Amino acid sequence: MTTPLLKVERLRKSFGNHEVLSGIDMEVHRGDVTCIVGPSGSGKSTLLRCLNHLEKPSSGAVFLKGEPIGLKWRGERLFEMSFNELAKQRQKMGMVFQGFHLFPHLTALQNVSEAPMIVSGVPRARAESEAMELLAKVGLGDRAGHYPHQLSGGQQQRCAIARALAMKPELVLFDEPTSALDPELIGEVLSVMRDLAREGTTMVVVTHEMSFARDVAEHLIFMDGGVIVEEGNPREVLAHPREERTRAFLSRVLETA
Amino acid sequence: MPETKTKPTPSRDIHAATPVPVRHMGQWLAGAVLLVVALLFLEVLVNNPNMQWAVVFEYLFSPDILKGLGITLMLTLLAMLLGLLLGVILAVMRLSSSRVFQSVAWGWIWFFRGVPPLVQLIFWYNMALLIPRITISVPFGPTLVNWDVNDLITPFSAAIMGLAFTESAYAAEMLRAGIRAVSGGQTEACATLGMTRWQSLRRIVLPQALRIVIPPIGNDTISMLKFSSLVSILALPDLLYSAQMIYARTYQTIPLLIVATIWYLVLTTAFTLIEHAVEAHFDVTRSRPSLSRALVSNLKAPFALRRKEDLA
Ligand SMILES: Nc1ncnc2c1ncn2[C@@H]1O[C@H](COP(=O)(O)OP(=O)(O)OP(=O)(O)O)[C@@H](O)[C@H]1O
Ligand SMILES: [Mg+2]
Repeated sequence: MTTPLLKVERLRKSFGNHEVLSGIDMEVHRGDVTCIVGPSGSGKSTLLRCLNHLEKPSSGAVFLKGEPIGLKWRGERLFEMSFNELAKQRQKMGMVFQGFHLFPHLTALQNVSEAPMIVSGVPRARAESEAMELLAKVGLGDRAGHYPHQLSGGQQQRCAIARALAMKPELVLFDEPTSALDPELIGEVLSVMRDLAREGTTMVVVTHEMSFARDVAEHLIFMDGGVIVEEGNPREVLAHPREERTRAFLSRVLETA
Repeated sequence: MPETKTKPTPSRDIHAATPVPVRHMGQWLAGAVLLVVALLFLEVLVNNPNMQWAVVFEYLFSPDILKGLGITLMLTLLAMLLGLLLGVILAVMRLSSSRVFQSVAWGWIWFFRGVPPLVQLIFWYNMALLIPRITISVPFGPTLVNWDVNDLITPFSAAIMGLAFTESAYAAEMLRAGIRAVSGGQTEACATLGMTRWQSLRRIVLPQALRIVIPPIGNDTISMLKFSSLVSILALPDLLYSAQMIYARTYQTIPLLIVATIWYLVLTTAFTLIEHAVEAHFDVTRSRPSLSRALVSNLKAPFALRRKEDLA
């Protein structure tokens, strides 16, 4: 068994008195696609945001290549990292949001080349030629000079994927990347994600697209009420769910699909 | 064409007829009245011998007035620049997580928004009464700086301080609102790309916040232009004080005030046009005209006829 790229141990998160994550343990292996599904409010987004410390976990730990995220040892004592120390670790984890969050005052090309230039100090010419390659890869080669508001939702999300890839992350987190899109635009984003999976990009994807989970994911996690209820090979879990809660959820979503 | 159910009236074909536009009788009437009033007012202005238009034209381009105009312009622009720079720093301090930064910025804004600029001008000018010397020295070591405050404070530096500090307080509040209007998703996106706080502020948040506050900055620049006339209290020969010095000699009060008025209006108009051009230039949601193209189109805008489709 190889050591996992990402490991989550006994992760808990509360907002005030409301416990949203009640002890999550999970592993993500290099090159795998992990899909997380579950009913609304089950804590999927919160889990994803705890992985890169956009939310600070209440307890428990996340390890990337064995290194704790947001925490550091100094001798016997454990310290929280400063924002800028955390920024170094976050470079290794890209994220794609449901609402895209592209930079509206920058063109598609600038959106992609900005972070490599100012964070990693890549010279402009190289950053831009790499950004052009990434845009071509997500099918936006002819849209490099467009501003986000001149792009369709699907194009914006593909640009956001290129932006996340530009930092050459170890893994990419996706939080419902197609939920804000019109049905006819979902396919183009999913097909870009399929290509990435084929190339061996490690991805953690919160999604409602069951067919994507079945066809692309190596691992499926079903969450409910802040815990992982069931997980395993996606085809197996979807065809023969063992838990009653999984069965109820699947019959609900597959019925509407 | 299929038969419609309603009885066809041969003389009423909706496709052939052109509808008569709505007549705005009230608007026409009120417009006529206003026009008459405006003409009467203009007649008073032009024909009143006390206006002494000949004197106005004699002084409009006189060297003293033009020099005053230059000082007014310089005061306005310098005070705005300094005020905005301080405003950015104050806004960032207000939004920082440090209590000390927050309170210092809050105190500064509270003070300089509360004290009238005129009071400040006099106060800064007389600062030597409060702090006669500024001395900076290494403890137990040599003295690095030893200034006589009376040498530092000229009418010009006192004026710049008074005007810029007042502006900094207003600019800080504007910019704070602008920064908060940039959605939290933007900073989160920056964070996931590994940007530090400073990088995301400088490259992503501030550029968007500044675009939001371009119109109020333009507004403040025009206010500043007028506030700068307060410096005549320090006998600084700006536009207004230059005019005052001339009519103190010649007693041609009204015509010289008109000279100053004309120049203030010219500058206000110029600032307005520049503000619109800058706003159009930085608005990425519209096609981006160059600064000069935007300026020209703004000049024409008030005179452009309404297009047909606007009337439809
Ligand atoms: N910042 C917050 N403050 C307080 N409560 C929060 C916050 N963020 C999330 N929650 C609560 O945590 C719970 C889980 O939210 P989360 O967004 O993780 O669910 P989700 O599984 O992603 O749901 P969805 O499928 O609707 O996106 C919800 O009850 C939500 O109200
Ligand atoms: Mg969610």
